[in-house]
Order: sequence, then structure tokens, then C-alpha cells
Amino acid sequence: MASVNVLYFAWLRERIDTPRERIETSATTVGDLVAELVARSDRHAAAFADPASVRVALDQELVDFAAPLAGVAEVAFFPPMTGG
Amino acid sequence: MARPLYAEGELPRYARHIALREIGGPGQARMKRASVLVVGAGGLGAPVLMYLAAAGVGRITVIDDDTVSLSNLQRQVIHAQDRLGMDKVTSASISLAGINPFVAVTPVRARLDAGTAPATVAGHDLAIDATDNLPTRHLLNAACVEARVPLLSGAISQWEGQVTVYDPARGAPCLSCVFPTIPPDDLVPSCAAAGVMGALPGIVGSMMAAEAIKLLTGAGRSLRGRLLMQDILWGEGREIAVRRRPDCPVCAAIEEETA
Repeated sequence: MASVNVLYFAWLRERIDTPRERIETSATTVGDLVAELVARSDRHAAAFADPASVRVALDQELVDFAAPLAGVAEVAFFPPMTGG
Repeated sequence: MARPLYAEGELPRYARHIALREIGGPGQARMKRASVLVVGAGGLGAPVLMYLAAAGVGRITVIDDDTVSLSNLQRQVIHAQDRLGMDKVTSASISLAGINPFVAVTPVRARLDAGTAPATVAGHDLAIDATDNLPTRHLLNAACVEARVPLLSGAISQWEGQVTVYDPARGAPCLSCVFPTIPPDDLVPSCAAAGVMGALPGIVGSMMAAEAIKLLTGAGRSLRGRLLMQDILWGEGREIAVRRRPDCPVCAAIEEETA
């Protein structure tokens, strides 16, 4: 098991109701981690209802959901913002 | 004899920028010669337009199809109580003329669409996305990619903001590289539906105005390839490294300038 800091921005943060949480995970990719998060609570499931709308950065670098988590300290999930 | 760059009595108002080592007289002259397109005269457009006019950007085109309503005044500080119902671009022009009469402002009361975007972007050194919806953001992005015009983009949501510079002709990704899909409407609430904290567009729009001044003058290190996210409610901020996608359907064919 590895421990990662997971950050949520915009409507992900609003749905999950926390800006960050520490997660113990055995996931090997971002996609696996999202599947674990979705199973955690209805709030998480609602936040990831449309994964295609969510972008992810590992240690502050934009990656795809297939990216490996090995050695990663921080996972940040964020959607496009629209307002002006 | 060449026409002087500045009008009689204009130059002293720029003294504090000229005093900055990173801007100076040459940087100020670049701003004066520049032409900037601002799409949206709402929350983000307000500080962007006001600071760029105050800074002495030579020509500013502002496009928006909306009129001033009462619920705008909580954050859109370029507008005013006595202009309720007026076109936002007209109201904005009045404010800008009051701040700096030496800026040539072109108000365009229209909604940017795929047909008009290329001609609207043409002739500008920089485009600034201060719109309130993703479809318009994507069609502005496509027009800027095609015209090789840098696109300074800001967006807000409730208590949070994002700022970056999309510019595939100069090594940065385009909007579609970073956000390839437009989420369904129920996932992305508008300011009207979700609310927005009044000072937020002031913060994010001022970051955009500062970035525009950097881009126009060449000062410092630009936000090309860096997406700034700021959460004012929780005090979290991150800088995310972003890069071009070789398979991006919008910008893959764009060749980068050689330095």
C-alpha cells in the first residue's frame, strides 16, 4: 500500500466536500485509483460520474488516466472551469 | 515625418511602468503599438479591460452580446448602476474612456460564433478569453490556433480560478490539448446557477491583466505550458505543467516557431 495526497478542485471539491484527503491505495494507475475512490462513497461516485470531464495531474504534471502511480506523492483532480 | 507614438500629454501617465526595469520605455512602446482582443465584458473582462486600458495598450477590441443587469454589479465593476440595460460593450467603453482616453476601444456587440471568430481574431497580437461558457472558449481557441495568435485564458467557478496561455505556435498547448471534452451542462454550473464570490473575478482577472502586460512587453516568464489553479475558499493553489498533445485534433498541424 502507498499513501498519496489527493486534491480536488472546483465541482469535484464541492461534491466530495473536501479540498484534499490522504488515501492509502494499492492502485497502480490513476484509473485504478479513480475506481477505488468511486467505491469509497456516493459523494466520490458523483464527483467522478463523468470521468472524461476530469483531468488529473501527478506531482503537478498533467497526465492521462493510464499513467502509473508508482512514486507519486500528490494526485490532483480538476475539471475545466467555465465562468467568466 | 512619422506620426508620434504617444499623444500630447499622454506619456507621463505611464511613468510607473516605464520605471520598471522589466518594462521600461521599450516595453511601454510595445504596449502602445499592441492590439488586444478581449472576449467577454463580464466579471473577468472588467479588470482585464480596466487595467489594460490604464496601462496604455494601444487598441482594444471588446466583444460581448449581453446587457448590464442588476445581478452583474456584485462583481462586474466596469459597469454601473446608471447603465442597467445598456450593452455591456458600450458600458465598458464609457468606463475605459474615463480611465484612459488615449486607448482606441472598438466595442462589438455580438456573440462570437464559428463563422465570425476568424475575422474577429485577425489583426490582434493577443486574444483574451474572459467568456462564460465552454463552447465559445473552444471556438475562440480554434480561431486563435489557426491564426497563430496567443490566447490568454481565465476561467472561474464559485471560489476558484484557472489561468494559462494557450499558444501552440510557440510551444504551449491549446485548450483542446488540456481539456479535450466539453462536460455535460449539469456537471458545469454557470455563475448564475452556482453563484460566484464577487472579488474572485477581480483576483483572477487581475492575474490575467498582469499576464497580458508580461506577454505584450516581454517581461518575465510567461504562463505558456503552466496552468495556474487557485482555490480562494480553502487557500489551495497549484501550478500544473501542461504540454501539447501530438494527436490534438485542433492544433496537431501547427508548427512551432524556431527561436
